Amino acid sequence: MEGLNQSSEQRSQGAAVSDLAIELIGINKHFGPVHANRDIHLKVKRGTVHGIVGENGAGKSTLMSILYGFYHADSGEIRVDGVPQKITDSRHALALGIGMVHQHFMLVDNFTVLENVVLGAEDSAMLAPTLDKARNQLKKLADDYGLEVDPDAVIENLSVGQQQRVEILKALYRGAETLILDEPTGVLTPAEADQLFAVIRTLRAEGKTVLLITHKLREIMAITDEVSVMRQGAMVKTLETKTTSPGELAELMVGRRVLLRVEKGPAHPGKVLLEVEHLVVTDDFKIPRVKDVSFSVRAGEIVGIAGVAGNGQSELLESITGMRDQQSGVVRLNGVPLSLEGDDGAARARAAGLAHVPEDRLRMGLVTNFAEWENSILGYQGSYGKGIGLDIAMARKEAEEHIRKFDIRPPNMDLKTANFSGGNQQKIVLAREMERNPDVLIVGQPTRGVDIGAIEFIHNQIIKMRDAGKAILLVSVELDEIRSLSDRILVMFDGQIVGEADPATADETELGLLMTGSHPGRIADAGPGTLPAHETPVQKTLVERSPQDNSDKGTD
Amino acid sequence: MRGQLPRWVDVALLPVLNVVLAFFIAGLIVLAVGQDPLKAISIMISGSIGDGYSLGYTLYYTTDFIFAGLAVALAFHAGLFNIGPEGQAYIGGLGVILGALALNGMHWALVLPVMIVGGALFGALWAFIPGYLQAKRGSHVVITTILFNFIAVSVMGYLITRVLKPAGVNSDESAPIDPLTRVPALAQFTDFFKHTPVNVTFILAIVALFVVYWLVWRTKFGFAMRALGHNPTAANYAGISNEKMIMIVMALSGVLAAMVAVNNVGGVQGRLILNFVNGAGFVGIAVAFMGRGHPIGVALSALLFGMLYQGGQALAFEMPDIKKEMIVTIQALVILFTGAMGEMLRIPVAGIFNRLSAPSSSGEGGR
Amino acid sequence: MEQYVTLVQILGGTVRLAVPVLLACLAGLYSERSGIVDIGLEGKLLASAFAAAVASAVFGYAWIGILFAILAALAFSAIHGLASINFRGNQTISGVALNFLAAGLTVFLGNAWFHRGGFTPQLNGPQRFFPITLDTLSAPLDYVALPEWVPGIDWLRPIVQFLLYVIELPFYWFGRLVALVLGWVASNPIGEPLVNQLLLGHNIITYFAFLAVPITAWVLFRTRFGLRLRAVGENPKAIDTAGISVSRLRYQALIITAVLVGIGGAYLSIAQNAVFTPNMSNGRGYVALAALIFAKWRPGPALLVCLMFGFLDALQIRTQGATLAGLWDAINWIFGSWLPAIPAALAGIKTYEIPVQAVQVLPYVLTVILLAGFIGRAVAPKASGLPYTKDR
Repeated sequence: MEGLNQSSEQRSQGAAVSDLAIELIGINKHFGPVHANRDIHLKVKRGTVHGIVGENGAGKSTLMSILYGFYHADSGEIRVDGVPQKITDSRHALALGIGMVHQHFMLVDNFTVLENVVLGAEDSAMLAPTLDKARNQLKKLADDYGLEVDPDAVIENLSVGQQQRVEILKALYRGAETLILDEPTGVLTPAEADQLFAVIRTLRAEGKTVLLITHKLREIMAITDEVSVMRQGAMVKTLETKTTSPGELAELMVGRRVLLRVEKGPAHPGKVLLEVEHLVVTDDFKIPRVKDVSFSVRAGEIVGIAGVAGNGQSELLESITGMRDQQSGVVRLNGVPLSLEGDDGAARARAAGLAHVPEDRLRMGLVTNFAEWENSILGYQGSYGKGIGLDIAMARKEAEEHIRKFDIRPPNMDLKTANFSGGNQQKIVLAREMERNPDVLIVGQPTRGVDIGAIEFIHNQIIKMRDAGKAILLVSVELDEIRSLSDRILVMFDGQIVGEADPATADETELGLLMTGSHPGRIADAGPGTLPAHETPVQKTLVERSPQDNSDKGTD
Repeated sequence: MRGQLPRWVDVALLPVLNVVLAFFIAGLIVLAVGQDPLKAISIMISGSIGDGYSLGYTLYYTTDFIFAGLAVALAFHAGLFNIGPEGQAYIGGLGVILGALALNGMHWALVLPVMIVGGALFGALWAFIPGYLQAKRGSHVVITTILFNFIAVSVMGYLITRVLKPAGVNSDESAPIDPLTRVPALAQFTDFFKHTPVNVTFILAIVALFVVYWLVWRTKFGFAMRALGHNPTAANYAGISNEKMIMIVMALSGVLAAMVAVNNVGGVQGRLILNFVNGAGFVGIAVAFMGRGHPIGVALSALLFGMLYQGGQALAFEMPDIKKEMIVTIQALVILFTGAMGEMLRIPVAGIFNRLSAPSSSGEGGR
Repeated sequence: MEQYVTLVQILGGTVRLAVPVLLACLAGLYSERSGIVDIGLEGKLLASAFAAAVASAVFGYAWIGILFAILAALAFSAIHGLASINFRGNQTISGVALNFLAAGLTVFLGNAWFHRGGFTPQLNGPQRFFPITLDTLSAPLDYVALPEWVPGIDWLRPIVQFLLYVIELPFYWFGRLVALVLGWVASNPIGEPLVNQLLLGHNIITYFAFLAVPITAWVLFRTRFGLRLRAVGENPKAIDTAGISVSRLRYQALIITAVLVGIGGAYLSIAQNAVFTPNMSNGRGYVALAALIFAKWRPGPALLVCLMFGFLDALQIRTQGATLAGLWDAINWIFGSWLPAIPAALAGIKTYEIPVQAVQVLPYVLTVILLAGFIGRAVAPKASGLPYTKDR
């Protein structure tokens, strides 16, 4: 701690020299052939909240990782408090007063809050004195910034919002003067996000500098003083937030005018295709995650399940699609109960006409070591060829068709799937699942980690499936996505459906309250089939084709 | 992004370089104890393929190593590291001898299928149990297959010395198989191989290479198996039963391993003796890694190890200070370099190729 | 009374036989807690047993044997680290390779150097460790005789010897004190076997092994290093973003692993035995690994599991060549009056000699059974087996 105190003294001396907390001059960074950051210049004033926006793959996270010492820039200069610094590693960045809260938390799940906070910032070889000191320090930080959290709680028992607090506390404990927050609201409920913003305002009031990386323009407008826009690895412009508008920012981000809504006609729901009754599902540790859930999806409608990640949505999807055993309950397809027991239940679900675009394409939906054509039959391999032999010619023919219809790039079916961009990988999965003409399509997080051009394409494909009379169940933690695609919204909290809403009329606050289980009563039931024909005038953050499809590869 | 290398570099050049490196280090070790590695190599080469006699022995060893290598390779395609071919082959010997003795005296062409099936059943069982424990109880197949090697030694030791040993015989072995029933040596059909142990099982091994290729790359089962090996969660998503696949693949792996017993018990020895596998199962691990799991690679590396083993016998006469354990050392180095340290040579080789192919590109160097 | 003595003897054997497994198990604990699966424990154990026997035979001192044992284990750990940390190779494969390397090299080098078919020369005197007994504890203090090969000037010798004497003194007095107390305990018939068979009668490595258990627990849960070690095995990214080198931590863990397993290997060849025999580790490395899983990567339970394996081993040695009658008597002795008498028809069973293989196989079967469950869910450190990369 001695060293840290010393450096904060140095910083206050530097303060007299410059009113810039951070200055980046001509930063360049390559990952193999990808030019992730090109000649970036950025000035961040002390005591401000500075937003950095850009679409997926614009190079925001790379730039911040360079500032935090996680990567090294190929060229360029970093000035902290006006003093040029060669930031060697994260420890050095911390010593300079730069802290970072990563998008994916860097916490040890089975450690306590206290242990996580002191990890890497221990004073001595023995733990006890550090832990005692940290306990006091945490109390003080909690009082100063409103960051209450039980120091002895184990991380894996905390909510995502609380875990994020621990990350912020970690940075503050280390004496951070500048705090980088990378997509901090991605995993939060609207209410939690509001709390976070309150914390950010307090931090600013205390003289700290905050760098907020996000792709959500609403947040930029709400909290930042200045905003910098990045596109394809380059810094486009820095603006004062007061003087700009979401429309202008969006245009800067994608390079041309942007349409801020999904085009979608009215739904024409038909007969019930998917029926879930009293479903109970446990996780790997036999803890119930889905608790008596019932709902149905009709032909020609999209039912969206909204909720904070980790409230049983994953287990729900996995059990309906046969990947996870159910404790009790029934899943009916076309009125026929599905038998999904055993670890090959997914095969039976598919055979019955249920297709599944999984939440996590890399972990589940694809074998990244397989060639593209092999992934285009994954799950359906049984239907290629008679007997036990695999009809490779037939599989390749179909793969070719997928590539053509879904514009999968590069159009090379022999290329290893790992070498496709996120958006194109997702297209491989979608093509496979949609081209089979299933009755029911289950879609989880369809646009996670996907570039903008592909997002629009994917959304349109989903709507096309709906209009072709398929029943679609959509699960996403992106509330905006749920609201703009769904014809009916179910809100899931703590393993239960706690409410149903009409996307046209539901307001965000109420949904947010439902998602956190703090709503006093359910939103009025819109009732299936009674949906009014409407467009969804919900603002989506971004919908347009980006000039370059593959730009997210290897960055962010 | 890691620089993409031409396919032939990944498939052929790097494995060869790794093997060369392994042999180079082995040579240094030989040098370190004051022996001449070059002399040793020349003795081994002439002693292993110099004439029909030595080639016959080499191919006999090769037969063992092809089966053991395929056993390891097949399981590895499903993501399972089967270190137990040694024990599976040993237990397979029980099936072979029971089948052979039951039909003792009949013509070998009739009995061979029975020996194969008998060995296959026992070998499959011995591999199935670790597979079952992995699938149903989550006990790691690496450790259980190792332990099953130890258990096989005790089980077979007991059976041979206490049960199968005929009364009035001194040495620890089963009753012999009738010469008519034994798997015939190739020498019976051609003079070229003189009195060498290579037998009809060698042809079976060649057939097994093709069958395994077909199974892994040309069938739905193989597709499912490889999906499981690369990504078990995706396999589950695809409706492939991880549990069933693990058990089936392990059993198949055990079947392949047990064919070592057909070669030795049914053919060369004509009886069940103690420790007839003699490390062949372990060689299979090196063979599989060196051959990168592909039947062509397995065939080539099995041949190389066959040469090493036969050449090693020749060496023992001329340079007695180089014991046959030197081959175990080479085996270890091959596994280390081809199986675990592939990146070591890949990085400089990729660097060379990047420089050659893209001299003008500015952004090089992987992450 | 006779059974009591037998029991204490078996317990003494338990302690002796548990030592190499315990040391290997604790060694594995460090590396696995740091995220490196160590199948290579077996090979490290074997290589260090060989190095200890060779160095001890060549240099004449058991302590130098231990030093070389640790060096050998360090060399193996370095290869393991290079493969699994620097080149991000498969940790299991490199571990297996190390096991073969040890099996091949020890015999090859042993034979090239000593021409005894892979055996090393028999060790005696100061070349090996001897059990500490009441007699050795209270023996008068000897001057340490400096070996011939210690270079140096003649006038230095008495000074060095005097210094050694001074260093030895406190140990000597401590030994006297212990001998006094234990001698008193041993003076009654109940205490006598306890002292001579269980508390004493072990060599110094045994005491070290048992001491290593609380030390390990303390390091793991009370120190900065332990905190980081546990963190790097669970989430190396948390360590990396805190500005601590993941590779360095893992290498540090591997070094501790090497020291412990090296001492364990030395125990096999220069303490428990007085010679290196080919493949003398005999699967103990694997058993240690299984014990580690069964103990859920915690030092206390690891001790208990290793003692259980030791007990089994001790029983095995005692039952060699025994008949079922012995087993029957033992059961009778434990459960006494609750058992019915053997029916006459089954009396023949008593004379059935237990096959030696059935007894030998017991530890392995038990290990399989332990691994197969009945232990609840063993959750390994989350990052174990995975090479660390900064990529997503």
